[in-house]
Amino acid sequence: MNRGVLEGVRIVDFTWAWAGPYGTLLLSMLGAEVIKIESSKRPDHTRVRSLKAGRMDTSSPDHSTIFADLNYNKLGITLNLSRPEAIKLAKRLIAVSDVVVENFRPGVLKRLGLGYEVVKKLKPDIIMLSSSALGGFGPQRNYTGYAPTFAALGGLTHITGYADGEPKTLMGSVDLRSATATAFAILAALNHRATTGEGQYIDLSSRESVAVLIGDVLMDYAMNGRSQGRMGNDDGISAPHNCYRCQGEDKWVSIAVTTEEEWQAFRRAIGDPEWAKDEKFADGFRRWQNRAELDRHVAEWTRERTHYEVTEILQAAGVAAIPSFNGEELYTGPHLKERSCWVQIEHPVIGRRTTLGPPWNLSATPGKVYRHAPLLGQHNDLVFGELLGLSDDEIEHLRKDGVMV
Amino acid sequence: MATNALEGAKVLEFAEFVSGPFCAKLLADLGAEVIKVERPLVGDSARRKGPFPQDIPHSERSGLFLYLNTNKKGISLDVGTALGKRIFLKLVQWADILIEDHLPQEMEEMGLTYGALREVNPRLVMTSITPYGQTGPYANYRAYNLNTFHAGGEGYTTPSGSVDVDREPLKAGGYLADYDCGFSAGVATLAARLAQVTMGIGQHVDVSKQEAMMAIQRVELSNYPNDGQYSTRGMRTGPIGGLLPCKDGYVMVTAAENHQWLALMDFLGNPEWSQAQHWKDEMYRSRHAAEIQPKLEEAIRQYTKEEIYHGAQAKGCPIGIVYDAEDIFNSTQLRAREFFCEVEHPEVGRLKYPTVPYIFSKTPAEIKSPAPLLGQHNEAVLCDLLGYSRQDLVKMRQAGIV
Repeated sequence: MNRGVLEGVRIVDFTWAWAGPYGTLLLSMLGAEVIKIESSKRPDHTRVRSLKAGRMDTSSPDHSTIFADLNYNKLGITLNLSRPEAIKLAKRLIAVSDVVVENFRPGVLKRLGLGYEVVKKLKPDIIMLSSSALGGFGPQRNYTGYAPTFAALGGLTHITGYADGEPKTLMGSVDLRSATATAFAILAALNHRATTGEGQYIDLSSRESVAVLIGDVLMDYAMNGRSQGRMGNDDGISAPHNCYRCQGEDKWVSIAVTTEEEWQAFRRAIGDPEWAKDEKFADGFRRWQNRAELDRHVAEWTRERTHYEVTEILQAAGVAAIPSFNGEELYTGPHLKERSCWVQIEHPVIGRRTTLGPPWNLSATPGKVYRHAPLLGQHNDLVFGELLGLSDDEIEHLRKDGVMV
Repeated sequence: MATNALEGAKVLEFAEFVSGPFCAKLLADLGAEVIKVERPLVGDSARRKGPFPQDIPHSERSGLFLYLNTNKKGISLDVGTALGKRIFLKLVQWADILIEDHLPQEMEEMGLTYGALREVNPRLVMTSITPYGQTGPYANYRAYNLNTFHAGGEGYTTPSGSVDVDREPLKAGGYLADYDCGFSAGVATLAARLAQVTMGIGQHVDVSKQEAMMAIQRVELSNYPNDGQYSTRGMRTGPIGGLLPCKDGYVMVTAAENHQWLALMDFLGNPEWSQAQHWKDEMYRSRHAAEIQPKLEEAIRQYTKEEIYHGAQAKGCPIGIVYDAEDIFNSTQLRAREFFCEVEHPEVGRLKYPTVPYIFSKTPAEIKSPAPLLGQHNEAVLCDLLGYSRQDLVKMRQAGIV
């Protein structure tokens, strides 16, 4: 057997930006048919904006590489949702679909006449997920945010950074974390539907999807009334446990020694130096207490070697070490090559693009990235014509009339 | 009708610390029945990591362990013994899903490869969460959370916009990478579970933690293969604004779109420097961010975090406060959504636990039981489920198997 798990599952995707689209991209990798609804009146902002680079480029909706990387596999159609005819078409599409996903500000879709109460009448077993910054109800339901906002409000930013420095944020990856929660929730609902035939509505908060990733930090507050601060690479108990400079320009290796057995293995692997016999480093607690000095000794050893050499020596001894990889190394390194992580997809405007395949390997139902992100409105004929049965004339009329734009 | 999304799914967890247990917890909180296998006497290594109440270490009082193991049954079992292995295989037969986190060579040494377990249960979904996946030259390399974060590429660029690039690259706070891998494994596991339910097939799910971390960096990481460029910590990223100090803390300002910028200026009282026509143009602003950034920083400094947060959000600008744990507990929004729920545990009493980030209308997640004490369900599992007698159990205990 070699087909996607979600083959036959159709998803109507109203999402834009990063968090929503990556969630549906994951589901498309598993075989779902994702139909992305956009409009030239309101194109997905990643078609024109790079939040990370703080840039925008409106010369074409089809040459954004960020959009390309977050929307593989999907079909793209255009509907101007401010027009009643467009809402009618969206309803027809939903009636033949399994899942609806959206990340408008809470309440917007309802005002457009596409709220869950309406949608479930069109398709009683529909699964609908709304993803928003802070959730669909509550006093701050209308507050908005981007990835760094979720990281800040979710408590992650406060605990990220050097121990002696300011808080630091992660960027777009935070959206993709929320997207992972989105895909998980939809799959849970699909499992429930498979066993009971019942659909449902899911209200997902991106900020909460960050907060659950620092559960132990929240437990510390629950237990001790303490708000943990920043610790750099430290985990509060282990040493060596840091990134150490290696030979070359801005090359670093991460080393984590957490048990006595690993410390002994580490010591032997680096040639049992005199300093390692010092009382100061005699047990785990003293190593951690004296970690600044310990780190200096370790760095003296790593500096003489490449981060690959350090990794090889320490891993052979059973010690956890790996380079702090840069973008080049993750593309050219031998391990990922052998695991065929990267795939190439031809895009009509951008050209050939190399991108990451699915993040997991399912032996019987492998996921895949197989089609370039849709050009704006690329699949109008396919979806409205073949799927919904509109004639060419009708489509042409709706296009000219500003409905299908 | 089932009231839990994953009701009926039987999960065997042979994993410890964060990733595997978090993956199984995600399933358990949605109704899956999870039996967690721990080593006799020592148990899951998360039991030895804090936080502990009053900072007094105790293997039944770790906040990390308690959070990650809600809704599970726990047994202690030495799978390395012959009888222990036999019991484990019976549990594999019982299970729909096995979640494990051992290096491929360790599973091989124990005779517990997917090939062997499929013989016992052809419908089994086996999710293996390992640092670098089942194949390739790094397959048996070890990694902790620190390594995993750096292996995926995000460490190299953290902190972004750093002024001191000679300092070491950083992991994110806490065990973020390990949690991330658990969530990613959860997605793959539910996909495989669906195939099991709808197509009747089992399979092996290979989750490489490194690749799980790379996946959420997919936009960033595609730069090198396509443009020959990669980011470094020294690069300034993000639009105007960013992480800014205010009167009593920090706020995250992302006025990316024009209406958001205008909303922020409106909140700030439309200061004179913002009124020149060119500053109202998004393209111009993004090209000349460095000029206007200091003025924005100065303006933000005049407010408290609560003033800016609620004031600017009311105008339509996405601003967030850099919340610490206390702020999160006090958030009226999270309270309204009942994000925390009280759980009673025999050793630590009643505490508020974070729950889940999604609210299901028909099958809401629920914390029905606290994390298991070590070996708490030995009798329920070995005797009631697998049919061993109470006398057998006593002998197993004496032999150190359970």
